[in-house]
Amino acid sequence: MSRIGVAFDKARADGRAVLVGCMPAGFPTVEGSIAAMTAMVDAGVDVIEVEIPYSDPVMDGPVIQKASDIALAGGVRVADALRIVEAVAATGAPVVTMTYWNPIEQYGVDAFARDMAAAGGTGLITPDLIPDEADEWLAASDAHGLDRTFLVSPSSTDARLKMTVEHCRGFVYATAIMGVTGARAQTSDAAPVLVSRLREVTELPVGVGLGVGTGAQAGTVAGYADGVIVGSALVRCLLDAPDPAAGLAALRALSAELADGVRNPRR
Amino acid sequence: MSANAPAPTGQLPDAAGHFGRFGGRFVPEALVAALDELDAAYRKAMGDESFLAEFDGLLRGYAGTPSLLYPAERFSAKIGARVLLKREDLNHTGAHKVRNVLGQALLTKRMGKRRVIAETGAGQHGVATATAAALFDLDCVVYMGEVDTRRQALNVARMRMLGATVVPVTAGSRTLKDAMNEAMRDWVANVDDTHYLIGTAAGPHPFPEMVRDFVRGIGEEARQQCLDLTGALPDAVAACVGGGSNALGIFHAFVGDPGVRLYGFEAGGEGMETGRHAASITGGSSGVLHGTRTYVLQDSDGQTIESHSISAGLDYPGVGPEHAWLHDSGRATYTPVTDREAMAAFELLCRTEGIIPAIESAHALAGALKIAPGLAAELGREPLIVVNLSGRGDKDVHTAGEYFGILDKEQ
Ligand SMILES: Cc1ncc(COP(=O)(O)O)c(C=O)c1O
Repeated sequence: MSRIGVAFDKARADGRAVLVGCMPAGFPTVEGSIAAMTAMVDAGVDVIEVEIPYSDPVMDGPVIQKASDIALAGGVRVADALRIVEAVAATGAPVVTMTYWNPIEQYGVDAFARDMAAAGGTGLITPDLIPDEADEWLAASDAHGLDRTFLVSPSSTDARLKMTVEHCRGFVYATAIMGVTGARAQTSDAAPVLVSRLREVTELPVGVGLGVGTGAQAGTVAGYADGVIVGSALVRCLLDAPDPAAGLAALRALSAELADGVRNPRR
Repeated sequence: MSANAPAPTGQLPDAAGHFGRFGGRFVPEALVAALDELDAAYRKAMGDESFLAEFDGLLRGYAGTPSLLYPAERFSAKIGARVLLKREDLNHTGAHKVRNVLGQALLTKRMGKRRVIAETGAGQHGVATATAAALFDLDCVVYMGEVDTRRQALNVARMRMLGATVVPVTAGSRTLKDAMNEAMRDWVANVDDTHYLIGTAAGPHPFPEMVRDFVRGIGEEARQQCLDLTGALPDAVAACVGGGSNALGIFHAFVGDPGVRLYGFEAGGEGMETGRHAASITGGSSGVLHGTRTYVLQDSDGQTIESHSISAGLDYPGVGPEHAWLHDSGRATYTPVTDREAMAAFELLCRTEGIIPAIESAHALAGALKIAPGLAAELGREPLIVVNLSGRGDKDVHTAGEYFGILDKEQ
């Protein structure tokens, strides 16, 4: 079983959900993003999701767009993202990469899978790659023992849910709302319905993301999902801070709050 | 069936939207249901006589098609080829774009959606979409890069007059590709009641095939008009290529005519050697952008490189996947035309024919100038070239006026 699978099993045994925290690679700098992700692990984030910055991130809202722009303006490369994966994996936390497809296609799908595995990463989350177009990735992830997290959505038909989970390994990513990344005031009504539809077609752990930003929301999502995925709210800690030290302090505080939330599932 | 009505689709793309190794769907799962719904509605419409009749009626009665095929004799004399201009500039709203927009607006109604969104660069597609939205009583939001809203202020005003909301996009490079990103984000969030009316033959399946089918009347008309006028098929067909809709629109009817050479002219901007261009096929490589696999201007990490062209409508770092395939298969030839070459052809058409072309279309005219001598030598006679004059230059008067230095100072 993959390291992600182990983390989900352990959390399930503890009666809690896994906390997945997302941060763009190279934001605000390569070293700064390693420091941020390490701080997140220290404060209780279970799984780190390293997002590879991309020039045209259609699934991301303004916060992650802005962080990605800063990272790209700073010159971050795909090879840097792999270096970050390696540094963060050294903390012992499972590290997944979230990436739009074109950077992987240009790196070379098999080469990226090989280097990701060598860096100690566990797998990829692919927001704009659906299994229908993923033959090359299916082969490369099998060859290099990586997990595959495809997204499912409230709009997915039953047939597509079934097909998509059949191609997933590690965990499934359920997008809670119809929309892009970004913390929202209210958690979604659609998410619990989607998760229960998933339970009918898979035993895989289900992570829910898009819109979670507070400990209370994390607790609510932990009430029905196996994983709570948080991105924009964490990124905003760094974006809004007057200086890097204040940013890291805010990031630690929110990580701890979210970690507390996933330990207090509201059922 | 009339020349304007799209015929049943040919063999490409395959059922999943692939043109060889290009095309397909590289989209968030959240959009798949909407794309499937659109695909089903479009296929049903293509086989539905009442839809085809309504579309044809709109094209003829509202847009003013079939557009003329005009023998441009004074222009021809200057370039050493017999040039026939397909006068899409005479259509309502001033470009070929109206054909696609009317087709998709009709489909929007059939799908029971009440809101359309669109991206626009120059504003031509935005104006066409706002026009159709007014006609069909649909809510309309147009995303436009902030840089372009300033470059094309007049078109922003036109869209607003027609009742559309224009949203300036401040993300990324603040141009067409970012407007397209923002429209995609809107669509993911509002897909239940909203149709994304993509303005060119690009994007995820079924858009490239569907847009081609809505504009293919251009070539079907031109082929028959050319036969009627000259008794023969042309030696070559020339069009400018941004996303590729006007070019596919005129190419498609000729793809099965082996004697007809197909030429697509990309925006060479300041010159290929400067890197400041928008020639995705000539200067790019295979990649994934905006939901499809095609030729893309990108760096070795797959980050999109900003494009440059004097023509806002060609200023896009990707191209429709069918063109990528036509290029790979060798059926069509793609060549860059620089800003300077396009503007020289622009001026020549103004002065010889009294027609002010869109700067986009001026790239096709410049292309005809380029290929004429080689074709004449190869054929041993004056070549016959059909050029798609995809739009009129009203929107470009400011840009062209500045380029030629003919605006009075206070303007
Ligand atoms: C007149 C005209 N021609 C051509 C284009 C380029 O688009 P396409 O390549 O899809 O025909 C545009 C786009 O705005 C246009 O306005």
